[in-house]
Amino acid sequence: MYQWLAEVWRSREILYFLAWRDVKVRYKQAVLGVAWAVMQPLFTMVTFTFFFGRLAGIPSDGVPYPLFSYSGLLLWTYFAVTLSQVGNSLIANSSLITKIYFPRVLLPAAAALGGLLDLVVSSVFLLGMLLYYRITPHWTVLLTPLFVAQTVLLVIGAGMLLAALNVRYRDVKYTIPFLTQIGLFLTPIIYPVTFLPHRFQAWLALNPMTGVIEGFRGCLFDSGVDWFVLTCSWIVTLLLLVLGGWHFRSTERVFADFV
Amino acid sequence: MQTLFDAKRLMTRSISVENLSKRYELGALQQETQLRDQLVRLLRGAFGKRAPKEILWALREVSFTVEQGEVVGIIGRNGAGKSTLLKILSKITYPTSGRVRARGRVAALLEVGAGFHEELTGRENIFLNGSVMGMKRKEVVAKLEAIVEFSGLQRFIDTPIKRYSSGMRSRLGFAVAAHLEPDVLIVDEVLAVGDAAFQKKCMGAMHELRSGGRTVLFVSHNMAAVENLCARGIWLAQGRIQLDGPARRVIEAYMGSFASAESASRELTTAQDRRGSGEIRFTRVELLSLDGELQTVPRAGRSLVIRMHYLASRPIERPVFGVKLHSELGTLVTDSSTWLHGLDIPLVPEGEGHVELEIEALNLIPGRYYLSLLLESRMEKRVFDALDHAVALDIAEAPIYGQSRPIDSRFGLVFFPQRWRLEGIGRRAF
Repeated sequence: MYQWLAEVWRSREILYFLAWRDVKVRYKQAVLGVAWAVMQPLFTMVTFTFFFGRLAGIPSDGVPYPLFSYSGLLLWTYFAVTLSQVGNSLIANSSLITKIYFPRVLLPAAAALGGLLDLVVSSVFLLGMLLYYRITPHWTVLLTPLFVAQTVLLVIGAGMLLAALNVRYRDVKYTIPFLTQIGLFLTPIIYPVTFLPHRFQAWLALNPMTGVIEGFRGCLFDSGVDWFVLTCSWIVTLLLLVLGGWHFRSTERVFADFV
Repeated sequence: MQTLFDAKRLMTRSISVENLSKRYELGALQQETQLRDQLVRLLRGAFGKRAPKEILWALREVSFTVEQGEVVGIIGRNGAGKSTLLKILSKITYPTSGRVRARGRVAALLEVGAGFHEELTGRENIFLNGSVMGMKRKEVVAKLEAIVEFSGLQRFIDTPIKRYSSGMRSRLGFAVAAHLEPDVLIVDEVLAVGDAAFQKKCMGAMHELRSGGRTVLFVSHNMAAVENLCARGIWLAQGRIQLDGPARRVIEAYMGSFASAESASRELTTAQDRRGSGEIRFTRVELLSLDGELQTVPRAGRSLVIRMHYLASRPIERPVFGVKLHSELGTLVTDSSTWLHGLDIPLVPEGEGHVELEIEALNLIPGRYYLSLLLESRMEKRVFDALDHAVALDIAEAPIYGQSRPIDSRFGLVFFPQRWRLEGIGRRAF
């Protein structure tokens, strides 16, 4: 384990180059470039505001609904988009895996880090929205990077598991978009946790993204955090990281034979 | 004390391979990539007979050691386990049993430019490829100019490589690899690409590695390159080491395994190692003289008729017959085919038949050669039957140039009808 970590650390430059490649390639032939990073959460927010905020009248904890849903969509979009990229990172790089040796974990990790640029860009847009709604963030806004870090760990943990399974079972490729689509509704993005009947709220805490989104909003709008939800979320995140890492490590030897 | 130290350094073991075996389960490789299939198999296992798995031993109990600074050529037919061995040595895949120890930085060049990205420019790909091959960013920066120079692609270095030809890609890939400075370099059949000038450059780079005291493992089908570069050869056959020794001896034994030259008529129906769909196949080859007599050992400078018998299991439209002649070390001497001669064969009816290639004067220097036979369709781009090095051809000595001096492979491969003109300086017969 220690040896493996040391090897990964020695190869950190590969991580940088792989992430750099992913980012560079993604925007190379796109006219709108990084504007795409804002597009997806922005249009989803507009749609949600219309249907859920206006028509369905879903409450938003006293925050303007567009801001409420955008702040949720920010991390969720990163999670959903990046999870699918991480899950496919091994089969998408099969030519590397079958021809060159380097610590395989760098592929999912690079995919997870490569998605952060989009997140930074869409966060700038969030700042714009805060200004527009004349909301001064509380000092706790400085804690929000913690939730970003947790999302990255979550994406890497779940992603390692999915990526390794994907090498053997291509079904995974089709499962990921399906999972994230359902996840959008099983995470308090378009509604606050308090919107659900009390007996469902505890179940929702099992979804690690619940703690992430609630905590992120709590720090942003100073609306307080639910420590129970937050603890559950971290436990699930770390469990996934251990499980994903364990499965990845125990199967990575044969990736080149199956990919 | 100094000498003892030197001796020790010279004998440093670079690679040691112990009892290496690698098993592939063919069924698992091909089919069970869907979860559904796995479930079906589980059910079968529980309620019925388990489908037998086809097992392939790509390597079986292979052991050898390589000293630092040795250059070893690994040869063998397709599917002999060469690539699997290289993949295990470079840690890309793991052995089923046995172990490998390698000292120092190992770089594997299994494919030139592996991991290149189409959308990135040549320069960007140098950084990406160099990095995954184990170079530090600082190293790449320092060597960038040399790499670009080696590739000869200065003008295109900021062009996305999707606009490159395959030759340009290979040049870029090899240029990066040539600057890796590994302790152990593992190379798989990469010299088969690029033009002659670039191949020469690559060979030069490999020679430089050798003289720099680096260990090189080299797989190639080009026996001349192996002989030129390697002092030692390892011949793999069906996953085992067949022969390990001085390169020249191993190459000769390997080439000799393809065919034997004991008779003028060779059965091909049982030939191993043939490719193609087989609707039409070669069944027998006969070596004759122009007056129709069988000749076991054709003589240099005399006539030779190669009669190829075939069997077509259905009518075959527009096939092309081809014959290649290779030297003992695998150099292509000549390639001939009905297509090259502009002959169009509209249809070969079902059943047996034969074609003949008539050579008026076989101007080959005495020695051993090999014939490869090919039946293909150029239109459909498919191979019906291909037999590599199927027939050994021993060319017997004959009075070449009207003299009886012993001329053998040291004097090249071919000779031409020729004459020296010495008017003015006079001559005297020896």
